[in-house]
Amino acid sequence: MAQVPANLKYIASHEWIRDEGNGVVTVGITDFAQEALGDIVFIELPEVGSEVNKDDSIAVVESVKAASDIYSPVSGEIVAINEELVDAPEQANEEPYDGAWFFKIKLSEESEMEALLSAEDYAAECE
Amino acid sequence: MGQRTALYDAHTASEAKIVDFGGWDMPIHYGSQLKEHNLVREDAGMFDVSHMTVVDVTGTDATAYLQYLLANDVAKLAEEGKALYSGMLNEQGGVIDDLIVYRADALGGFRAVVNCATREKDLAWMDKQAAKFDVSLTEQPELAMIAVQGPNAIEKAKQAVSANAKAVIESLSIFQGLPSEGWFIGRTGYTGEDGLEIMIPATEVAAVWDKLLEVGVKPAGLGARDTLRLEAGMNLYGNDMDETISPWQANMGWTLALKDERDFIGKAALIEEKANGIEYKMVGLVLETRGVMRSHQKIIFTASDKQGEITSGTFSPTLQQSIAMARVPADAGNECAVDMRGKAVPVRMVSMPFVRNGQKVYK
Repeated sequence: MAQVPANLKYIASHEWIRDEGNGVVTVGITDFAQEALGDIVFIELPEVGSEVNKDDSIAVVESVKAASDIYSPVSGEIVAINEELVDAPEQANEEPYDGAWFFKIKLSEESEMEALLSAEDYAAECE
Repeated sequence: MGQRTALYDAHTASEAKIVDFGGWDMPIHYGSQLKEHNLVREDAGMFDVSHMTVVDVTGTDATAYLQYLLANDVAKLAEEGKALYSGMLNEQGGVIDDLIVYRADALGGFRAVVNCATREKDLAWMDKQAAKFDVSLTEQPELAMIAVQGPNAIEKAKQAVSANAKAVIESLSIFQGLPSEGWFIGRTGYTGEDGLEIMIPATEVAAVWDKLLEVGVKPAGLGARDTLRLEAGMNLYGNDMDETISPWQANMGWTLALKDERDFIGKAALIEEKANGIEYKMVGLVLETRGVMRSHQKIIFTASDKQGEITSGTFSPTLQQSIAMARVPADAGNECAVDMRGKAVPVRMVSMPFVRNGQKVYK
C-alpha cells in the first residue's frame, strides 16, 4: 500500500503539498506516483523566480516507462528548487516525501489552499 | 486474472510487481528495473520466459517444410544443436513473427521458439503451410523456460543443475542448444550477454528457480528484459516490426537467405522490394541531451520533408542516456531531430547494437 502521510495536502494528479506556514508551500510527488512511474531517470524543474498558475504543467518526470507532467497545485512564484534531485532523480523513488521535494512556491492566492485534498480524500482517490 | 506460469508463486515470493502481458500475469520488476538491468550486465539475472511458445517440427519433410516456411535457411544448421534466427513471412514479405529454430536431431527434427503474443496466428499459419508436407507440429505447453543471462550466468547455472545438464552446458557454443534429460538448454538469449535459455518441464521448474536463487542468480522482470534487448539492438515483435513491415525495413536483411534456388514464403515480394529500392530502414538513435525517447515519436530531417518514427525508445541504464530504434526514410540523410512533446530535439543516428557484453559498441 502506498504511503499517504496525514500531515500533507494533495491534488488528484499525485502531487503532495506541505504548508510551511509562511505563505510558502513545498511540493513533491506521492509514493503512489513514484510506484506507478517505476524507476525515475530524469527530472526537469521550473526556474526559480518564475510565476506559475494553479494547474500549469511546470515540471516533468521521466521514468524508464513514461514521461509525466507535474502540475502546480497553487499559483505563485517559484522561490526554490531541489537541485540535488536533478542530479539524483532516483531519490524520488526512494524517499518521495522526505529528501525528494521538487520546488517551493510563494503563494499569491492563499485561498487556493482550501481546494487541496486531505490525506484521507487523496487516499480514496488512489483506490 | 490472466494465465500464470509455473513460477508465479516464486515471483510473488520475490515481491514481483505483476502486470498483464499478452494475457499472462508476468513480473514487470521485483523492486527496481534499473537494478535488475545492471545485474544482468554485470553478473547474472534470470527471467521467467515460460510464456514463450515451443513447437517441435518433426517428420520426413521437416527440413523442406522449414525451408519453405522461413526466410532464413535451416539448411545452414550443419550439425545437431545449431540454432538459427529467422522471420516467418507472409506472401507480401511482412513479418508474421520472428523466431529461433534449433536443429534437434534427438527430438526427431527441429525445435522452434516463437513469441507468446503471436501464438495463435503463428500456429494457425504453420499448420496451414504444413498441409503440403509430411510433417508434424507439436506444441510443448508443458515446458516452462528460464533465461539465465549475464557474464556470470553460465558459471552460476552450472552450479544449479544436474551433472548431465552441466556437461551439456559446457559443450555448447554460442547460439547452440541441446536436450538434456527432458530439458532443452540453449546458449541463447535476448539481452546481448552470454547466457542460457533453459526449457524445463513445468513440474520441475520451481525447484530449479529456487536452486538458481541459492547460487546467487537474482530474478529480473520483463522491464529489464526490454531495456536489455533494446541496448542489444534486438527487435521486439509488434513494436519494431509486424505483418506490414518487411525484414529489409526491420534490420533483418542479414536473416534473408536469398542466394540460392530455394523458394520460401515472401521471397518474391522481398526480391521485388529490393529491386524497386527499399524505402525505409531501421536505425539506432542516441539522445545526447536529457530526456527519454518513446515509441511513436516522429523523426524529422534537415535534408528531407519525409519523416521517420521511433519504434522502441527507452532510457539506457548502461549508457545513462536515451536510446531508440527508429524506422526512417532510406534517403533522408543522417541529420535529424526527434519531436519530443512538441520540441525538435537533435539526435544522433548510429548503427546498432548499442551495447554488447556490458560495453558500449555503437559508432
